Amino acid sequence: MKFTIDGQEIEAKPGQTIMEAADAAGIYIPRLCAHSDLKPIGSCRVCTVIVDGRPQAACVKPVAEGMVVENETPELLEHRRNIIDMMFVEGNHFCMFCERSGNCELQAMAYRFGITAPQYPFQFPPKEVDASHPDVMLDHNRCIMCARCVRASQELDGKNVFQSIGRGFDRKIGVNGEKVLADTDMSVDDRSADVCPVGCIIKKRTAFKTPIGQRLYDHQPIGSDIEEGGHE
Amino acid sequence: MDMVREVQQELGYVPPEYYELIAKEAGTHRVEVESVISFYAFLSDRKQGKVVLRLCDDIIDRFKGADDVAAAFENELGISMGETTEDGHFTLEWTACIGMSDQAPAALANDTVLTNLTPEKVPGIIAALRKKFDPQDLVSECGDGGNADPLVQAMVQNNILERGEVLLCDCTPEAGLKKTLEKTPQEVIAEIKESGLQGRGGAGFLVGLKWDFTRGAAGENKFILCNADEGEPGTFKDRVLLTERPDLMIEGMTIAAYSTGAETGIIYLRAEYAYLRAFLEEVLNRRRKAGLLGNSISGKEGFNFDIRIQMGAGAYVCGEESSLISSCEGTRGDPADRPPFPAIAGYKVSPTAVNNVESYCCAARIMDKGAVWFENIGTERSCGTKLLSVCGDCERPGVYEVPFGITVAELLKKVGAEDAAAVQIAGPSGQMIDRGQYHRKICFSDLPTGGSIMVFSAQRDLLEVVDAFMEFFIDESCGYCVPCRVGNVLLRQRLERIREGKGVPEDLDYLERLGKSTCRMSRCGLGQTSPNPILSTLKNFRPIYNALVREDRSGLQKSFDVLKAVEDASELTGRRSVIFHAR
Repeated sequence: MKFTIDGQEIEAKPGQTIMEAADAAGIYIPRLCAHSDLKPIGSCRVCTVIVDGRPQAACVKPVAEGMVVENETPELLEHRRNIIDMMFVEGNHFCMFCERSGNCELQAMAYRFGITAPQYPFQFPPKEVDASHPDVMLDHNRCIMCARCVRASQELDGKNVFQSIGRGFDRKIGVNGEKVLADTDMSVDDRSADVCPVGCIIKKRTAFKTPIGQRLYDHQPIGSDIEEGGHE
Repeated sequence: MDMVREVQQELGYVPPEYYELIAKEAGTHRVEVESVISFYAFLSDRKQGKVVLRLCDDIIDRFKGADDVAAAFENELGISMGETTEDGHFTLEWTACIGMSDQAPAALANDTVLTNLTPEKVPGIIAALRKKFDPQDLVSECGDGGNADPLVQAMVQNNILERGEVLLCDCTPEAGLKKTLEKTPQEVIAEIKESGLQGRGGAGFLVGLKWDFTRGAAGENKFILCNADEGEPGTFKDRVLLTERPDLMIEGMTIAAYSTGAETGIIYLRAEYAYLRAFLEEVLNRRRKAGLLGNSISGKEGFNFDIRIQMGAGAYVCGEESSLISSCEGTRGDPADRPPFPAIAGYKVSPTAVNNVESYCCAARIMDKGAVWFENIGTERSCGTKLLSVCGDCERPGVYEVPFGITVAELLKKVGAEDAAAVQIAGPSGQMIDRGQYHRKICFSDLPTGGSIMVFSAQRDLLEVVDAFMEFFIDESCGYCVPCRVGNVLLRQRLERIREGKGVPEDLDYLERLGKSTCRMSRCGLGQTSPNPILSTLKNFRPIYNALVREDRSGLQKSFDVLKAVEDASELTGRRSVIFHAR
């Protein structure tokens, strides 16, 4: 079937999401909660596109014949930028000395959008650091609630180590144990330890091993691999 | 969820040491149990008092003196809001609108509703509760109608002030169902479609079309859900239908079941209306005995349908149909992505029709009186009557059944508020309009509403209203998506800065841009409408904002509080700033 993104005609297979079809066609739709190995949940909203006039998350919306999708419009770019800013101020992100710096998808997304400092006031919420586990650290300061860990644990590891708890601004990732990560069956080899886009789930004793210049986003902005058509 | 609720009911809280056990019983994981408990306002992981007093904090209650009542409770019990007395007897909390805005200030004492509270009544209430800790002892006189039923026994008044020809008039019981069973399911759907009936919860989707989708969807088990979770602040019309027209509502659900082929129905009753549960259970029982529910309904071979009640646990977002479905399934009420729509894959991934209490009542009446009769009431594109719950600064707050198309001015005349300075249509998620717009009509194409109409006099600080609405959305956001979780917090912060007189003209642009991003990018109806209090007042009451954000001639940045900025340093060094503190 065929549909258009920003006027460009795209071939798609039935059952594909807009994001999958766009990726295959070399069109990058920015995203943070989506991950190619996990079921999409549409929680970060960065991938919002306008489908026949209505905002929809590209990661969950299936394609339909003749669909008209807007992706890189000034309106959407501003909204996306605003959402990225929101993620920076709702947590405590300290890029300059974060182990994920250079490999962090949130940081890379900010660079892609030309953000040097968020326009919104920092909230500086008090957050916990859970370093109880021998091999994996959980730093809620840097969590963006993408729930990739929740899904990876369920879908890829056959476990249920993580789940969202609380609601609203106090929502956070909880662990399936009495109190802390050490009380769970989390293992450093779990895929859930790999999928975190930010510096929230960190493998101990691995930090700063990649020198500056060789990190994931040191030379090319996030999404370049898809735009070069090398993805999947 | 039901298990968790039972533990909560029995012990007054759900102790974390039970999570594992509950998870095992429910075949799930410990963290999933924690996830559910932490989602709902009426569930708690901390020991609560024998009597939990929940004071309604919506703006109508506040304007009617809820803060003074709260202070009186705090004084009498020696605790602050959010605390439990040391003897474990009382917990005092704020809660979102409990659907009693026409008899505010109101509160819940466990499941018992207390209305028209005053600070003077508080010592007597506490003294009475201390005797047996049974809140029902506080009900000395019952309200009218179903409120006086032995199974309700509530002091709630119906305040029905106008009866229309669809819902609150006298009607023949089961006449709609009788005529339904003489038709084929397709004919029933055609009739509902022809009537133009649109969903009464606010969104206004065509009911007949929804039923048609549900009927046509593949799936052996289909479900009929009734949304009795009216949580939009200022809405209390379903409360009246639930006591005065419960049979009509269930009749409507039964008709929906017949037309779609569903065999199971669920009434999702908001936790705030738990006082109606026993009564509704009895109505269901009575109908089962009369052959109006169960197998071969009214003797119609093969037509089997029964209904259960699912209690909510305090979450506004569960009024959103996909959240309501999640909640019925016993999980958190996070909304779901669409497609698939509930009509295709809803409750237990089966075809599900979700409609509001009032919509089902209308459907039953349409089947009795015919589509043409219904179509001729109201306007061309908004058929029938609408139940409005009017509260705030008016002489006659209560429930009015009026034909669609009534102007705001006509309504204000009825309720005794012709001098109103502002009217909030459809609750916080709707819009606030000014005097210049009172000629506008209440109908789907002009001013749609699920029923909430709040009236504000010229004495009210409208930005205090806006602030309260934003606080409501922040409290009720599920936090699933970024724009709603964060955007509302940022919006309210900037609003507060403006209200403190520290705003600048650019702040209004900031609010507009941030509000727009939150509306456009949020996942469900909550976030898509939550900036409306700010956006609609920026549009309709701009002078109020303009007066607050005048440019400061001194050239200083008003929002920058220098004393606050040096506070930490001052504390750390143990001395005051020579420059700034000297001023």
